[in-house]
Parts: sequence; C-alpha cells; structure tokens
Amino acid sequence: MTTLSTDATARTYEGSQELTPRKGAGAAELMREVGSVLRMSEAEVAAMADEEPSEDQTMILNMGPQHPSTHGVLRLMLELEGETVLRCKPVIGYLHTGMEKTGETLTYLQGPTNVTRMDYASPLFNELVFSLATEMLLGIDEDIPPRAQWIRMLLCELNRMSSHLLFLATNGLDLGAVSMMLFGWREREETLRLLEMITGLRMNHNFIRPGGVAADLPDGWRDGVLRVLDLCAPRLDEYDELLTGQPIYRARLQGVGVITADEAIALGVTGPILRSTGLPWDLRKDIPYLFYDQVEFAAVVGSYGDAFDRYAIRLNEVRESMAIVRQILDALPAGDYRIQDRKVTPPPRARIDESMEALIHHFKIFTEGFKVPEGEVYCAVESPRGELGCYMVSDGSAAPYRLHIRGPSFVNVQALPHMLRGGIIADAVAVISSVDPIMGEVDR
Amino acid sequence: MSDIEATSGFDEESLADETGAAATSEPETRFGQPVTRVRNQHVLHPPRDGLVDLVRRLRDDEAFHVCVDVTAVDYLAYDAPRHLPPGVEPERFEVVVGLLSHETRERLRLRVQVPADDATCPSLFDVHPGTEALEREVYDMYGIEFTGHPDLTRILMPEDWDGFPLRKDHPVGAIPVQFKGVQNAR
Repeated sequence: MTTLSTDATARTYEGSQELTPRKGAGAAELMREVGSVLRMSEAEVAAMADEEPSEDQTMILNMGPQHPSTHGVLRLMLELEGETVLRCKPVIGYLHTGMEKTGETLTYLQGPTNVTRMDYASPLFNELVFSLATEMLLGIDEDIPPRAQWIRMLLCELNRMSSHLLFLATNGLDLGAVSMMLFGWREREETLRLLEMITGLRMNHNFIRPGGVAADLPDGWRDGVLRVLDLCAPRLDEYDELLTGQPIYRARLQGVGVITADEAIALGVTGPILRSTGLPWDLRKDIPYLFYDQVEFAAVVGSYGDAFDRYAIRLNEVRESMAIVRQILDALPAGDYRIQDRKVTPPPRARIDESMEALIHHFKIFTEGFKVPEGEVYCAVESPRGELGCYMVSDGSAAPYRLHIRGPSFVNVQALPHMLRGGIIADAVAVISSVDPIMGEVDR
Repeated sequence: MSDIEATSGFDEESLADETGAAATSEPETRFGQPVTRVRNQHVLHPPRDGLVDLVRRLRDDEAFHVCVDVTAVDYLAYDAPRHLPPGVEPERFEVVVGLLSHETRERLRLRVQVPADDATCPSLFDVHPGTEALEREVYDMYGIEFTGHPDLTRILMPEDWDGFPLRKDHPVGAIPVQFKGVQNAR
C-alpha cells in the first residue's frame, strides 16, 4: 500500500478515480459522458472525438474539494479549453462514513438516528423513508394512526420549505447575490426554529420513527406554524422582486446547464431537475404515500431544463408546501401519534410505574429492539432533491440485514458532466448550485 | 404474505431448500421471468446472462424507462430461509435493480443471483447510462465486477483501500486507518 502511494506521488499519479488523460480517453470517454446519454452510435462519437482538441490545448482544473460553491466536499475535475468546459468528472467519497454498514448494526429503533444524518438538509425525509420501509416489513403500514401520518406530512413539508430556502440562499450566494444568502438563511432559521419547537432539535431530529412519531405536537404548535407561514409568504414575494425579474440574475441562469427530459430520464435524474425539463413527475402526486392524495397541490414544472427553471421550481415549491401545510392544519385529526402495538412502540412513561409488562416491553424495546419478519422491501418518497429510496432486507432479527439508501443527490451529481459540457467555467458554479447536491447523502 | 408466513415455520437450516416456496403456489412468471411479490411490489428473478436483454426489452416495449437504483446484498451471513421462486439457485451475492415506469406508475425490482466465485454481472450502462455511478458503488462496496462498464473504479472508498466494506466478512470497526501516503499504517 505505502510503496504504491509513494511511487504514485513521485510520478504525480492522480489515481484511477480521477479524470483519465485525454490521449488515453478519446472516443471511449466521450461515449461514456455524451454518447450513451444521447444514444449516439459509436461511429458518431468517433467523428465527434476527431473534432476534439488535442491534449496540449487543454488543461485540467480541480474545482474543490475545498471550494465554497461545491456545497461541502465535492471535487470536480474539469478539463478546459480556454474558458470552455470540455469534460468533467465528479470525484466523491470525501464524506463517506459507511453509514449503510453502520445501519446493519443498529436496531430498527436506532436506525432513524443513523439515516437522519445522511441528507442533513432534509433529515425528516430520511427518517420517513426508513420508517416506511420498516413498517412495510412489519406489515403494520396500514395500521399507522392517521394523526401520525398527518404529523409526518406536516413535518416533511416544513422540512421541504427549509431545504428549499437553504437552496435559495446558497444559490444566491454562489452567484454573488449575498443579500439573498442572508434572506434565505433568515427564513430557513424560522422554519428550523419551528421544527426545534416540535421535535426538540434543529436538525437530525430522530422524530419520525417506525410506528409513528416520537411525541405528539407540543402546545402552541399551531400558532408557531401559522406565524412561519404568515412570515414567509410576503418574503417569498420579496425574493421574486429581488431575483426572479432581475436581469443580471436571469442572465446568469437562463440557458445554463440545460438538460432535456430524455437525457434526464436516461441518467436517472429525479426531483426538481427532472421537473425542470417539463416532465411533471412528483412521487407525492404520482405514487402517493402518506395522505398526499388528500391534499391539493400542484407539481411545479419548468419548460427549458435550465438552471433558472430549477431555481423557479424550488421557489414555487416552497409556496406549494405552504399551501399543503395550511391544508394539514385543517385536516389534522385527533388520535394517537404512534401505533399502539407494544411490540413496536414503547409504553407511556406512566404505565411503567404500574405495570410489570410495560416495564418489560420498555426494557426489551430499548435493549434488544423488536424483531422484524424476514423479507425485502423498497420504499421511496419525494425528498426536496428527488426520489429518496430505501431498500431494506431483514433476516428476522432486530437490525436490518441490509440497509441501502438511494440518495437522489448521488444520482443527480452524475448528471453534472452532461450539464457542464460545452459551457463556460463561470457557469459551472451556477450549474452545481442548481443541482443542489447534499454531500452527506452523496457519500453516506 | 400468506405463503411467506406458511414457510417461515420450516427448519431454518434448510437455507437452499426451495420446496417450501414451491409447495404453496405454482411458479408464476412475468415478462418470461419467475416473479415473486412483496406486498404490492413485483420482483423478477432473471438469470444473470439475460439481464441486459431483459432490461432493454422492459425499457423499449414495457415503458420501464427509468433505472432508479442498482444495489447489491451479500447473503453470506443470512440465517433465515431465502424465498426464491423454484428454479432460481440462491447465491452469495444478489444484484438488485429497481426500475420505474412513468407511464404506468409501476415499480419493478430485479434480483439477480451472483455467485461468490465468479462475482461479475453484466453492466446496464448501455441501456441506462444513469447506472454508471450506482454500479461503481456496488463494485466499490461488494467487489462485484460489472462487465462492460466504461469506468469501473472505486467511487466512495479511497482507491487503495483493501477489501470490500459492505461484504459480510468485512468487520465493522477494528479496521486499520488507511490513508494515502501514511508510512506506518496501523
């Protein structure tokens, strides 16, 4: 190991994960990045490769992993000819902490604590998809009390608001609109404060758990939600004034990082990027989960598939989320906030003092956890970034045998080479920002 | 669910025994492949050799245009009986491909058995270019080589890492710290 890396340093060997040198790449690399996505034949790609500049005309530039616009530790190797980006390769893994491996050692009750840290800008969605998969394996997904499901929807939509507000803030920052950064952060903080009031934590809530949610909504939650909604509505109009119609902002985003619907489907891209191409695919509407079939909202779509559409979609999705939250306020039923199944949910604290069985169940659930029947299941929800999936295999023990999270950012990041190709390097920042990758989820 | 519950009473040592699943129902097929159901989710069990053709056919003829997910499972330490349709030999690895149809709003899952002594699987890159990073991740974590993949390198782990972390014989913790350039790695 060590001899290899010493040798490698001496030869300034960049390693196999990096962009391949042009003389070794040629048509094969082009086929990988462009040809396969556009369904070109190999002859067409070969003809295209002939028009490519030779290696001495290009230079490789490393953007990241420590670049402020990369939203964490994303490293892009860009091959430039002058200012034009020819090829790009995202190098990821800097945040990899083996969370899927860790998840195999944690019980189903500890699981949400682990997965909530993957996509740290929308933690509640991770907990939700984990809980849905566990409940489906347990066979109790039909029995979850309606109030628990509505609370989950409420929290997820508030979380979608905070996540998109974070995007608006960082998108502004990346393009030099620093006041937008402050505005977006300010409103996001309001939603986070509300989530803190409900769940006890600003982020990584561990609130949605298999069987329901961890606690009922606290006193005064309705006033808190209404306050945030009333506060955000005029501020979103302010963003419109500040950014949407602003010529400089539009010039930076319109026609940048264009992707068509066919390319997005070929690359497996989901979420606002897919909707920006004009395809109204939203899991909340198309494959409804929770009670999304009982609320009225629109799937926001774009038409050009460029960075501006992706900005506009997210801005308007905040509005849609606010509309959903208002409907949830009206529709939220009374009842249990978690399933009353003593094998899955711990008993109430008061029962422990008077019932031996309650004490035993409480002890067993928190020490060895509950057993889940063997099987395998895939669940997916619409996270702010796209389809967040959870593939779970159980061997009948108290911890998942295999826990795989299909992170939308992981798949969306691999569309970057395609979106960046042929653009200029200054636009790269705008394109990365419009993909809105969360590196915790990319690397897991 | 009922046939799964019926078979769970069988002796757990009969891991490769498929008579339990066969006894309860006729072998069911869909798109010419044996199929099982998990609640409302359909799972196909195609052979490894026919995977690419099947996925291409599903894309072109059956409108499964999106490949959502590619992942794998290592069944080395799996103690429970594995419910596979008759005729499908359980192997150590399983590559799991998730397909989605925007038209019919249906999901389809393909589970491909991959033996431990020949841990290869044909790459879906030619059909769905979006599987490129996902297959690299499976290679990185399980060491399953995807034949025909254009750039099969490690994606999340350091490129000089020893072993494949998500394999069940790779221990959790107690792993020497491996960083590039460390002279005396513990």
